[in-house]
Amino acid sequence: MRRRPRLTAKHAFTAWAVLVYAFLFLPIVVMAVFAFNKPSAAALASFHGTNVCAIPPTQIGNIAVWNGFTGCWFSAGLHDPTFIPAIFVSLRIAAEASVIATVLGLCAALALARMRPRLRAPFDSLVYLTLVVPEIVIAVASLIFFVQARKVFPAFPGLGNVTILIGQVVFNASLTMLIIRARFVGMGDTLEEAAYDLGSGPLATFRQVTLPRLMPAIVAAALLSFTFSFDDYVLPAFTNGTTNTWPIVLYSAVRFGLTPAVNALATIMLGVTLAAVVITALVLRRSRRRVTAGQPITAVQLLP
Amino acid sequence: MAVAEKKPEVAAAPAANRRRRSFRPRYPAWLTAPSLLYYTVFFLGPMAILVAFSLATQQGFGSLRYGFDTSQYGQVTTSLYLTIFGRTLVMAAVGTLLTIAVGYPVAYWMARYLSTYKMLALLIIVVPFWTSFLIRTYALKIILDPNGYLARDLGINILYTKYAVAVGLVYNYLPLFILPVFASLERMDWTLIEAATDLGARPFTAFREITLRLTLPGVVTGALLVFIPMTGEYIIPNILSGGNYEFVGNVIGDQFNQAQNQPFGSALSISLMLALSVFVIVYILVATKEERFGA
Repeated sequence: MRRRPRLTAKHAFTAWAVLVYAFLFLPIVVMAVFAFNKPSAAALASFHGTNVCAIPPTQIGNIAVWNGFTGCWFSAGLHDPTFIPAIFVSLRIAAEASVIATVLGLCAALALARMRPRLRAPFDSLVYLTLVVPEIVIAVASLIFFVQARKVFPAFPGLGNVTILIGQVVFNASLTMLIIRARFVGMGDTLEEAAYDLGSGPLATFRQVTLPRLMPAIVAAALLSFTFSFDDYVLPAFTNGTTNTWPIVLYSAVRFGLTPAVNALATIMLGVTLAAVVITALVLRRSRRRVTAGQPITAVQLLP
Repeated sequence: MAVAEKKPEVAAAPAANRRRRSFRPRYPAWLTAPSLLYYTVFFLGPMAILVAFSLATQQGFGSLRYGFDTSQYGQVTTSLYLTIFGRTLVMAAVGTLLTIAVGYPVAYWMARYLSTYKMLALLIIVVPFWTSFLIRTYALKIILDPNGYLARDLGINILYTKYAVAVGLVYNYLPLFILPVFASLERMDWTLIEAATDLGARPFTAFREITLRLTLPGVVTGALLVFIPMTGEYIIPNILSGGNYEFVGNVIGDQFNQAQNQPFGSALSISLMLALSVFVIVYILVATKEERFGA
């Protein structure tokens, strides 16, 4: 008898949760499904080509409702003359930003993790500041900074790939530092101490003890930094000069008329991002399991 | 110490010596130098120029004279721009309250009723969060399209209105809220609820007096975690309101893209940061309090 009300409360919460999950995933599913959508019947009646996906975006008709199945948007998207180069630009910048940010973040994390709190505080506030200041503010500030820097030092790169990269590394270095430091603090220092006691020098200890155990966090931080940088729209939109990144072309396509080719590319991206996230999650889980399992590493394992 | 005391004195002395000799591994402080230098040049540098620009005087198109001209800030406090600041803060507050209303029950459900699939449910909440922000907002736009099913068959035609912006805010920030709230619900001791109901409390009273109070710090953390970025939002109002319902961030962008009034855009940016700093301070106070509370 007493159990009954609790059961109905549980049902109500479950129903709400199902609705919220649907709300979170419905738009993404719709986007993927509509990547296979045909132009409207009215548009096709006046179109005389063989490839329905070659129809100009202005004549495509209503594509917010289902008109029929076609797979041709994927090949149309993959052969698009603006999207594909932009994707490669974004991939390159994201890879560079991720490597630089991870190196900066790793160095800072190593020193900060065991620094006295009072010494660490100014650096910490700077890091949090880079995360809290709205991106639009950072974007316009970077824009005027880059323009002025080039006026004063003509050798400073003009607006383009390099300025996008410089701006993105600020946020990403904070991100990687926090991730790597969290793992480093969680690791404790007993193994390093043991290595020192056994006569291993600081560099050898770092290379053979610290670095391998930090690796999962480093990889996760680099991947996260890569995805953030790859997805970033606001900062590149102001500091790009004439360079087009994938979010920039996607954004203008979203605002000014688009074809399901964008859905097709977005769906491919989604697949790639999800794969990256799953890999990150697996790597992180592996590292967490290693920490929590707390397998005692014997002195023999520490010896070269 | 306790262990050492139990041992005979002869053995304790070398043990203590050895411990003193083996030092706690530290990394040199200069390892922070590269990031510190980087932040100073490419973060503090732009911020300093932003402050200088906000106090400069615009002379004709695109040229300006540095000085201490506060007239830009005077313009920020005119009714037109105060309205935009007010609208941004109100919209972020509404978005935050909606996020709480939608997200709290989900976090509660995960923490209270799930066991085996708890972590999976959490992971699934986070999955959309790790996909492109732009693509998510675009996906929402497809659903809200005036020619789509929602508008045509259900009569819900809200694209390019403030309602669409609210939906976009909740949609994009929901996972960010659920995570900290779930964390604080996970720390809940549910036997307290059992004790309360055994002593005759109604379920809702028990929830209000125990669960809600214990998880309030988590809710405040989560709320500020979504409120702060919502206030600086740029993409969502731009795409989903089509320029009909601009946030401060959009007005700042316009000063640099179209109006070319950079001193005024800079003054708006500084004002936005000042407005946000109030909430950031509250966040830091709450976060440190919760840390103490949790420990």
